[in-house]
Amino acid sequence: MMPLRRFRIHQAREIKEAAEMLAQFGDKGRLYAGGTELLLAMKHDLLRYEHLVDVKTIPGLDKIELKNSTLHIGSTATHRSIENSPLIREHFPVIAEMERHVANVRVRATGTLGGNLCFAEPHSDPATLLLALRAKARVQGSKGERTLEMDELVAGAYETSLAADEILTAVAIPLSAKPRRAAYLKFQIHERPTLGLALVLELDDGQNIKAARAVVGSVSPKPCRSDKAEALLAGPRDKVEKQLPHAAKALAEAADPVDDLEGSAEYKRHLIGVFLRRAFDRALQRPTAHG
Amino acid sequence: MKLSFLLNGRPTEVDCEAQETLAEVLRARLDLTGTKVSCEVQVCGACTVLVDGLPVSACTLLAYEVRDRSVLTVEGLARPDGSLHPIQQAFIDEFAFQCGFCTPGMIMATKALLDDNPKPTDDEIIHFMDGNICRCTGYVPIVRAIKRAAAQIQQEKGK
Repeated sequence: MMPLRRFRIHQAREIKEAAEMLAQFGDKGRLYAGGTELLLAMKHDLLRYEHLVDVKTIPGLDKIELKNSTLHIGSTATHRSIENSPLIREHFPVIAEMERHVANVRVRATGTLGGNLCFAEPHSDPATLLLALRAKARVQGSKGERTLEMDELVAGAYETSLAADEILTAVAIPLSAKPRRAAYLKFQIHERPTLGLALVLELDDGQNIKAARAVVGSVSPKPCRSDKAEALLAGPRDKVEKQLPHAAKALAEAADPVDDLEGSAEYKRHLIGVFLRRAFDRALQRPTAHG
Repeated sequence: MKLSFLLNGRPTEVDCEAQETLAEVLRARLDLTGTKVSCEVQVCGACTVLVDGLPVSACTLLAYEVRDRSVLTVEGLARPDGSLHPIQQAFIDEFAFQCGFCTPGMIMATKALLDDNPKPTDDEIIHFMDGNICRCTGYVPIVRAIKRAAAQIQQEKGK
Protein backbone atom coordinates (compact mmCIF):
# COMPACT_ATOMS: atom_id res chain seq x y z
CA MET A 1 0.00 0.00 0.00
CA MET A 2 1.18 3.54 -0.75
CA PRO A 3 1.99 5.81 2.18
CA LEU A 4 -0.61 8.47 2.92
CA ARG A 5 -0.50 11.53 0.71
CA ARG A 6 0.66 14.74 2.32
CA PHE A 7 -1.77 16.74 4.41
CA ARG A 8 -1.72 19.26 7.23
CA ILE A 9 -3.45 18.83 10.56
CA HIS A 10 -5.21 21.79 12.15
CA GLN A 11 -6.10 21.69 15.81
CA ALA A 12 -9.46 23.24 16.55
CA ARG A 13 -9.86 24.69 20.06
CA GLU A 14 -13.61 25.16 19.89
CA ILE A 15 -16.50 23.99 17.74
CA LYS A 16 -16.93 27.38 16.10
CA GLU A 17 -13.27 27.41 15.07
CA ALA A 18 -13.58 23.90 13.59
CA ALA A 19 -16.65 24.99 11.61
CA GLU A 20 -14.77 28.01 10.28
CA MET A 21 -11.82 25.85 9.26
CA LEU A 22 -14.10 23.40 7.44
CA ALA A 23 -15.84 26.28 5.64
CA GLN A 24 -12.47 27.75 4.67
CA PHE A 25 -10.98 24.49 3.33
CA GLY A 26 -14.10 23.36 1.48
CA ASP A 27 -13.56 20.16 -0.53
CA LYS A 28 -9.88 20.14 0.40
CA GLY A 29 -10.55 19.65 4.09
CA ARG A 30 -12.23 17.08 6.27
CA LEU A 31 -13.05 16.76 9.92
CA TYR A 32 -10.74 14.30 11.67
CA ALA A 33 -11.47 12.45 14.91
CA GLY A 34 -10.28 8.88 15.57
CA GLY A 35 -9.29 8.38 11.94
CA THR A 36 -10.06 4.66 12.09
CA GLU A 37 -12.14 4.82 8.90
CA LEU A 38 -11.09 8.09 7.26
CA LEU A 39 -7.39 7.21 7.20
CA LEU A 40 -8.11 3.78 5.69
CA ALA A 41 -10.01 5.39 2.83
CA MET A 42 -7.19 7.90 2.39
CA LYS A 43 -4.59 5.11 2.38
CA HIS A 44 -6.51 3.45 -0.43
CA ASP A 45 -6.55 6.83 -2.19
CA LEU A 46 -10.35 6.73 -2.29
CA LEU A 47 -10.39 10.09 -0.53
CA ARG A 48 -7.85 12.89 -0.78
CA TYR A 49 -7.64 15.86 1.57
CA GLU A 50 -4.98 18.49 2.04
CA HIS A 51 -6.26 19.56 5.43
CA LEU A 52 -7.56 17.56 8.38
CA VAL A 53 -9.34 19.46 11.14
CA ASP A 54 -8.69 17.65 14.42
CA VAL A 55 -11.66 18.05 16.76
CA LYS A 56 -10.24 15.89 19.56
CA THR A 57 -8.41 19.03 20.70
CA ILE A 58 -11.75 20.68 21.56
CA PRO A 59 -12.06 20.46 25.36
CA GLY A 60 -15.13 18.62 26.64
CA LEU A 61 -16.30 17.31 23.28
CA ASP A 62 -15.85 13.75 24.59
CA LYS A 63 -18.01 14.26 27.67
CA ILE A 64 -20.63 11.68 28.66
CA GLU A 65 -23.30 13.08 30.98
CA LEU A 66 -26.89 12.80 32.12
CA LYS A 67 -28.87 16.05 31.94
CA ASN A 68 -32.66 16.56 32.13
CA SER A 69 -33.40 12.83 31.81
CA THR A 70 -31.31 12.68 28.66
CA LEU A 71 -27.99 10.94 28.16
CA HIS A 72 -25.54 13.08 26.19
CA ILE A 73 -22.56 11.40 24.56
CA GLY A 74 -20.03 13.86 23.20
CA SER A 75 -19.02 13.10 19.63
CA THR A 76 -15.31 12.50 20.34
CA ALA A 77 -16.03 9.93 23.08
CA THR A 78 -14.30 6.71 22.03
CA HIS A 79 -16.07 3.38 21.73
CA ARG A 80 -14.00 2.21 24.69
CA SER A 81 -14.95 5.13 26.92
CA ILE A 82 -18.64 4.55 26.10
CA GLU A 83 -18.33 0.82 26.79
CA ASN A 84 -16.74 1.54 30.17
CA SER A 85 -18.86 4.54 31.23
CA PRO A 86 -20.60 3.77 34.56
CA LEU A 87 -23.42 6.12 33.54
CA ILE A 88 -24.06 4.22 30.31
CA ARG A 89 -23.69 0.82 31.96
CA GLU A 90 -26.33 1.82 34.50
CA HIS A 91 -28.88 3.50 32.26
CA PHE A 92 -28.23 1.99 28.82
CA PRO A 93 -26.52 -1.39 29.27
CA VAL A 94 -27.49 -2.20 25.68
CA ILE A 95 -25.23 0.62 24.41
CA ALA A 96 -22.28 -0.59 26.52
CA GLU A 97 -22.84 -4.13 25.26
CA MET A 98 -23.04 -2.96 21.62
CA GLU A 99 -19.84 -0.92 22.00
CA ARG A 100 -18.04 -3.90 23.53
CA HIS A 101 -18.38 -5.65 20.19
CA VAL A 102 -17.56 -2.83 17.76
CA ALA A 103 -14.66 -3.84 15.46
CA ASN A 104 -11.69 -4.79 17.66
CA VAL A 105 -10.02 -3.60 20.84
CA ARG A 106 -7.66 -1.23 18.97
CA VAL A 107 -10.41 0.44 16.97
CA ARG A 108 -12.46 0.81 20.14
CA ALA A 109 -9.55 2.58 21.85
CA THR A 110 -9.21 5.21 19.11
CA GLY A 111 -12.45 5.33 17.12
CA THR A 112 -15.07 7.84 18.19
CA LEU A 113 -18.86 7.70 18.18
CA GLY A 114 -19.10 10.91 16.15
CA GLY A 115 -16.62 9.66 13.59
CA ASN A 116 -18.46 6.38 13.26
CA LEU A 117 -21.81 8.11 12.66
CA CYS A 118 -20.47 10.81 10.33
CA PHE A 119 -18.43 8.43 8.20
CA ALA A 120 -21.77 6.64 7.75
CA GLU A 121 -20.26 3.29 6.87
CA PRO A 122 -23.29 1.07 6.18
CA HIS A 123 -22.16 -1.55 8.73
CA SER A 124 -22.15 0.83 11.70
CA ASP A 125 -23.36 -0.83 14.90
CA PRO A 126 -24.01 2.45 16.78
CA ALA A 127 -26.10 3.95 13.95
CA THR A 128 -28.48 0.98 14.06
CA LEU A 129 -28.92 0.85 17.82
CA LEU A 130 -29.16 4.63 18.26
CA LEU A 131 -31.96 4.86 15.70
CA ALA A 132 -33.87 2.26 17.73
CA LEU A 133 -33.30 4.24 20.94
CA ARG A 134 -34.68 7.44 19.36
CA ALA A 135 -31.34 9.19 19.78
CA LYS A 136 -30.99 12.70 18.43
CA ALA A 137 -27.94 14.19 16.77
CA ARG A 138 -26.89 17.63 18.04
CA VAL A 139 -25.26 19.54 15.23
CA GLN A 140 -23.47 22.88 15.18
CA GLY A 141 -22.33 24.93 12.22
CA SER A 142 -21.55 28.52 11.38
CA LYS A 143 -25.28 29.22 10.98
CA GLY A 144 -26.12 27.90 14.45
CA GLU A 145 -27.31 24.70 16.07
CA ARG A 146 -29.87 22.15 15.03
CA THR A 147 -31.08 18.72 16.09
CA LEU A 148 -31.55 15.81 13.71
CA GLU A 149 -33.13 12.39 14.05
CA MET A 150 -30.65 9.59 13.48
CA ASP A 151 -32.28 8.62 10.19
CA GLU A 152 -31.98 12.24 9.06
CA LEU A 153 -28.29 12.40 9.99
CA VAL A 154 -27.37 9.25 8.08
CA ALA A 155 -28.52 9.89 4.54
CA GLY A 156 -27.06 6.83 2.84
CA ALA A 157 -23.87 4.84 2.42
CA TYR A 158 -20.96 7.11 3.44
CA GLU A 159 -23.30 10.08 3.32
CA THR A 160 -24.76 12.38 5.96
CA SER A 161 -27.06 15.36 5.69
CA LEU A 162 -24.54 17.64 7.41
CA ALA A 163 -23.51 20.82 5.61
CA ALA A 164 -19.81 21.19 4.84
CA ASP A 165 -19.23 23.37 7.90
CA GLU A 166 -21.48 21.45 10.31
CA ILE A 167 -20.17 19.30 13.14
CA LEU A 168 -21.91 16.59 15.10
CA THR A 169 -21.32 17.68 18.69
CA ALA A 170 -23.24 15.07 20.68
CA VAL A 171 -25.78 12.31 20.57
CA ALA A 172 -28.70 12.76 22.98
CA ILE A 173 -30.73 9.78 24.09
CA PRO A 174 -33.85 10.28 26.15
CA LEU A 175 -34.41 8.12 29.22
CA SER A 176 -37.75 6.43 29.11
CA ALA A 177 -40.41 7.00 31.79
CA LYS A 178 -41.82 3.55 31.07
CA PRO A 179 -40.00 0.29 31.63
CA ARG A 180 -38.06 -0.46 28.50
CA ARG A 181 -36.17 -3.52 27.33
CA ALA A 182 -33.67 -3.49 24.54
CA ALA A 183 -31.30 -5.77 22.68
CA TYR A 184 -28.75 -5.35 19.92
CA LEU A 185 -27.53 -8.47 18.19
CA LYS A 186 -25.36 -8.94 15.17
CA PHE A 187 -24.19 -11.67 12.86
CA GLN A 188 -20.62 -11.40 11.71
CA ILE A 189 -18.11 -13.72 10.09
CA HIS A 190 -15.81 -11.16 8.46
CA GLU A 191 -14.47 -7.81 9.62
CA ARG A 192 -17.86 -6.17 9.33
CA PRO A 193 -21.29 -7.44 10.35
CA THR A 194 -23.61 -9.10 7.85
CA LEU A 195 -26.51 -7.86 9.91
CA GLY A 196 -27.13 -5.81 13.04
CA LEU A 197 -30.56 -5.80 14.62
CA ALA A 198 -31.76 -3.52 17.41
CA LEU A 199 -35.04 -4.00 19.22
CA VAL A 200 -36.46 -1.69 21.89
CA LEU A 201 -39.68 -2.69 23.64
CA GLU A 202 -41.71 -0.40 25.88
CA LEU A 203 -43.68 -2.41 28.38
CA ASP A 204 -46.58 -1.56 30.59
CA ASP A 205 -46.81 -3.31 33.94
CA GLY A 206 -48.05 -6.66 32.73
CA GLN A 207 -47.33 -8.78 29.68
CA ASN A 208 -48.16 -5.99 27.26
CA ILE A 209 -45.78 -4.43 24.80
CA LYS A 210 -46.97 -0.86 24.46
CA ALA A 211 -44.66 0.13 21.68
CA ALA A 212 -41.72 -1.34 19.82
CA ARG A 213 -38.94 -0.07 17.66
CA ALA A 214 -36.98 -2.45 15.47
CA VAL A 215 -34.06 -1.40 13.30
CA VAL A 216 -31.97 -3.50 10.97
CA GLY A 217 -28.57 -2.31 9.83
CA SER A 218 -25.65 -3.52 7.68
CA VAL A 219 -27.92 -5.33 5.19
CA SER A 220 -28.46 -2.25 3.03
CA PRO A 221 -26.95 1.25 2.66
CA LYS A 222 -28.38 2.66 5.90
CA PRO A 223 -30.16 1.45 9.05
CA CYS A 224 -33.83 0.94 8.42
CA ARG A 225 -37.09 0.61 10.38
CA SER A 226 -40.68 -0.06 9.39
CA ASP A 227 -43.95 1.29 10.83
CA LYS A 228 -45.68 -1.89 9.70
CA ALA A 229 -43.19 -4.13 11.50
CA GLU A 230 -43.38 -2.04 14.65
CA ALA A 231 -47.18 -2.19 14.69
CA LEU A 232 -46.92 -5.99 14.57
CA LEU A 233 -44.45 -5.92 17.48
CA ALA A 234 -46.87 -4.14 19.84
CA GLY A 235 -49.61 -5.83 21.85
CA PRO A 236 -49.89 -8.76 24.26
CA ARG A 237 -46.60 -10.63 24.44
CA ASP A 238 -48.08 -13.99 23.28
CA LYS A 239 -49.67 -12.37 20.26
CA VAL A 240 -46.51 -10.48 19.34
CA GLU A 241 -44.50 -13.67 19.60
CA LYS A 242 -46.78 -15.29 17.00
CA GLN A 243 -46.47 -12.24 14.76
CA LEU A 244 -42.67 -12.18 14.76
CA PRO A 245 -42.35 -13.82 11.31
CA HIS A 246 -44.71 -11.23 9.80
CA ALA A 247 -42.87 -8.39 11.51
CA ALA A 248 -39.56 -9.77 10.20
CA LYS A 249 -40.99 -9.91 6.69
CA ALA A 250 -42.17 -6.30 6.90
CA LEU A 251 -38.78 -5.21 8.23
CA ALA A 252 -36.98 -7.10 5.45
CA GLU A 253 -39.22 -5.47 2.84
CA ALA A 254 -38.46 -2.03 4.21
CA ALA A 255 -34.71 -2.70 4.47
CA ASP A 256 -34.51 -4.18 0.96
CA PRO A 257 -31.21 -6.03 1.59
CA VAL A 258 -28.49 -5.96 -1.04
CA ASP A 259 -26.23 -8.77 -2.27
CA ASP A 260 -22.64 -8.21 -1.22
CA LEU A 261 -19.58 -9.99 0.14
CA GLU A 262 -21.30 -10.44 3.51
CA GLY A 263 -24.11 -12.48 1.99
CA SER A 264 -26.90 -12.58 -0.56
CA ALA A 265 -30.04 -10.50 -0.17
CA GLU A 266 -32.06 -13.68 0.28
CA TYR A 267 -29.75 -14.88 3.05
CA LYS A 268 -29.97 -11.52 4.82
CA ARG A 269 -33.78 -11.59 4.64
CA HIS A 270 -33.65 -14.97 6.33
CA LEU A 271 -31.29 -13.63 9.00
CA ILE A 272 -33.67 -10.78 9.81
CA GLY A 273 -36.25 -13.38 10.84
CA VAL A 274 -33.77 -15.35 12.94
CA PHE A 275 -32.32 -12.30 14.65
CA LEU A 276 -35.63 -10.55 15.29
CA ARG A 277 -36.71 -13.60 17.31
CA ARG A 278 -33.40 -13.78 19.15
CA ALA A 279 -33.52 -10.05 19.92
CA PHE A 280 -37.10 -10.42 21.19
CA ASP A 281 -36.05 -13.22 23.56
CA ARG A 282 -32.93 -11.38 24.68
CA ALA A 283 -34.73 -8.08 25.28
CA LEU A 284 -37.36 -9.70 27.48
CA GLN A 285 -34.73 -11.52 29.54
CA ARG A 286 -32.88 -8.31 30.31
CA PRO A 287 -33.40 -6.57 33.66
CA THR A 288 -35.37 -3.37 33.29
CA ALA A 289 -33.38 -0.28 32.41
CA HIS A 290 -33.77 2.43 29.83
CA GLY A 291 -32.30 0.24 27.19
CA MET B 1 6.60 18.58 12.80
CA LYS B 2 8.69 17.93 15.88
CA LEU B 3 7.17 15.09 17.83
CA SER B 4 7.98 14.59 21.52
CA PHE B 5 6.81 11.54 23.37
CA LEU B 6 7.86 8.88 25.81
CA LEU B 7 9.05 5.79 23.94
CA ASN B 8 9.57 2.67 26.03
CA GLY B 9 10.12 4.90 29.03
CA ARG B 10 12.64 7.22 27.34
CA PRO B 11 11.86 10.82 26.35
CA THR B 12 12.10 10.87 22.56
CA GLU B 13 12.01 13.63 19.98
CA VAL B 14 11.71 12.97 16.27
CA ASP B 15 11.05 15.01 13.15
CA CYS B 16 8.17 13.69 11.08
CA GLU B 17 5.37 14.83 8.81
CA ALA B 18 1.68 14.97 9.65
CA GLN B 19 0.74 12.10 7.34
CA GLU B 20 3.25 9.62 8.78
CA THR B 21 1.82 6.72 10.73
CA LEU B 22 3.22 5.66 14.08
CA ALA B 23 4.48 2.42 12.49
CA GLU B 24 6.37 4.38 9.82
CA VAL B 25 7.99 6.61 12.43
CA LEU B 26 8.89 3.68 14.71
CA ARG B 27 10.28 1.50 11.93
CA ALA B 28 11.84 3.98 9.49
CA ARG B 29 12.85 6.92 11.67
CA LEU B 30 13.60 5.20 14.96
CA ASP B 31 14.78 1.80 13.66
CA LEU B 32 12.41 -0.10 15.93
CA THR B 33 11.37 -2.84 13.52
CA GLY B 34 9.80 -5.11 16.15
CA THR B 35 6.44 -3.56 15.27
CA LYS B 36 5.26 -5.44 12.18
CA VAL B 37 2.97 -4.13 9.45
CA SER B 38 0.72 -6.56 7.65
CA CYS B 39 -2.89 -5.81 6.68
CA GLU B 40 -2.53 -1.99 7.00
CA VAL B 41 -6.27 -1.67 7.66
CA GLN B 42 -6.51 -2.20 11.44
CA VAL B 43 -7.78 -5.73 11.09
CA CYS B 44 -4.86 -8.08 11.79
CA GLY B 45 -3.20 -6.60 14.89
CA ALA B 46 0.41 -7.31 13.84
CA CYS B 47 1.26 -3.64 14.41
CA THR B 48 -0.26 -3.42 17.91
CA VAL B 49 1.59 -1.06 20.25
CA LEU B 50 0.34 0.57 23.45
CA VAL B 51 -0.34 4.29 23.74
CA ASP B 52 -0.89 5.33 27.35
CA GLY B 53 -1.49 1.65 28.04
CA LEU B 54 -4.17 1.15 25.38
CA PRO B 55 -3.63 -1.03 22.30
CA VAL B 56 -3.67 0.77 18.95
CA SER B 57 -2.93 -0.12 15.33
CA ALA B 58 0.36 1.65 14.65
CA CYS B 59 -0.15 1.06 10.91
CA THR B 60 -3.01 3.55 10.79
CA LEU B 61 -2.65 5.72 13.88
CA LEU B 62 -0.95 8.96 12.90
CA ALA B 63 2.32 9.50 14.77
CA TYR B 64 0.87 12.96 15.50
CA GLU B 65 -1.51 11.28 17.96
CA VAL B 66 1.24 10.22 20.35
CA ARG B 67 2.55 13.74 21.02
CA ASP B 68 3.23 14.06 24.75
CA ARG B 69 1.99 10.53 25.33
CA SER B 70 3.66 7.28 26.30
CA VAL B 71 4.28 4.57 23.70
CA LEU B 72 5.28 1.01 24.53
CA THR B 73 6.53 -1.30 21.78
CA VAL B 74 7.72 -4.89 21.95
CA GLU B 75 11.29 -3.58 22.26
CA GLY B 76 10.33 -2.01 25.58
CA LEU B 77 9.23 -5.20 27.31
CA ALA B 78 12.50 -6.93 28.21
CA ARG B 79 14.00 -6.07 31.58
CA PRO B 80 17.11 -3.89 31.89
CA ASP B 81 19.24 -7.02 32.43
CA GLY B 82 18.06 -8.33 29.06
CA SER B 83 15.83 -11.08 30.46
CA LEU B 84 12.52 -11.49 28.69
CA HIS B 85 9.19 -10.23 29.99
CA PRO B 86 7.02 -13.08 31.37
CA ILE B 87 4.66 -12.68 28.39
CA GLN B 88 7.53 -13.12 25.92
CA GLN B 89 8.84 -16.11 27.87
CA ALA B 90 5.38 -17.68 28.02
CA PHE B 91 5.01 -17.40 24.22
CA ILE B 92 8.31 -19.28 23.87
CA ASP B 93 7.46 -21.87 26.50
CA GLU B 94 4.06 -22.62 24.95
CA PHE B 95 5.43 -22.43 21.38
CA ALA B 96 2.73 -19.87 20.69
CA PHE B 97 4.10 -18.87 17.28
CA GLN B 98 5.35 -20.43 14.13
CA CYS B 99 6.32 -17.82 11.55
CA GLY B 100 6.33 -15.17 14.31
CA PHE B 101 5.06 -12.26 12.24
CA CYS B 102 1.96 -11.71 14.39
CA THR B 103 3.84 -12.33 17.64
CA PRO B 104 4.92 -8.77 18.58
CA GLY B 105 1.31 -7.65 18.15
CA MET B 106 -0.01 -10.65 20.07
CA ILE B 107 2.41 -9.94 22.90
CA MET B 108 1.55 -6.23 23.07
CA ALA B 109 -2.18 -6.99 23.04
CA THR B 110 -1.59 -9.50 25.83
CA LYS B 111 0.27 -6.82 27.79
CA ALA B 112 -2.71 -4.48 27.49
CA LEU B 113 -5.10 -7.26 28.51
CA LEU B 114 -3.15 -8.40 31.57
CA ASP B 115 -2.44 -4.85 32.78
CA ASP B 116 -6.19 -4.25 32.80
CA ASN B 117 -7.36 -7.71 33.80
CA PRO B 118 -4.62 -9.77 35.53
CA LYS B 119 -6.66 -12.99 35.70
CA PRO B 120 -8.73 -13.18 32.52
CA THR B 121 -11.03 -16.10 31.82
CA ASP B 122 -10.77 -17.98 28.52
CA ASP B 123 -13.78 -16.04 27.22
CA GLU B 124 -12.24 -12.72 28.21
CA ILE B 125 -8.96 -13.66 26.51
CA ILE B 126 -10.77 -14.66 23.32
CA HIS B 127 -12.89 -11.50 23.31
CA PHE B 128 -9.88 -9.24 23.83
CA MET B 129 -7.61 -11.04 21.35
CA ASP B 130 -10.32 -11.33 18.70
CA GLY B 131 -8.69 -8.58 16.62
CA ASN B 132 -5.23 -10.21 16.51
CA ILE B 133 -4.94 -12.67 13.69
CA CYS B 134 -2.49 -15.59 13.50
CA ARG B 135 -2.43 -17.70 10.36
CA CYS B 136 -0.15 -20.45 11.77
CA THR B 137 -0.96 -21.63 15.26
CA GLY B 138 -4.73 -21.99 15.41
CA TYR B 139 -4.72 -19.85 18.59
CA VAL B 140 -4.80 -22.66 21.18
CA PRO B 141 -1.12 -22.24 22.13
CA ILE B 142 -1.59 -18.46 22.20
CA VAL B 143 -4.42 -18.69 24.72
CA ARG B 144 -2.28 -21.11 26.74
CA ALA B 145 0.65 -18.69 26.66
CA ILE B 146 -1.53 -15.82 27.85
CA LYS B 147 -2.76 -17.89 30.80
CA ARG B 148 0.76 -18.98 31.60
CA ALA B 149 1.98 -15.38 31.48
CA ALA B 150 -0.88 -14.26 33.73
CA ALA B 151 0.01 -16.93 36.30
CA GLN B 152 3.71 -16.06 36.12
CA ILE B 153 3.06 -12.35 36.61
CA GLN B 154 0.79 -13.11 39.57
CA GLN B 155 3.47 -15.33 41.08
CA GLU B 156 6.14 -12.66 40.69
CA LYS B 157 3.87 -10.10 42.31
CA GLY B 158 3.31 -12.40 45.25
CA LYS B 159 7.02 -12.72 45.95
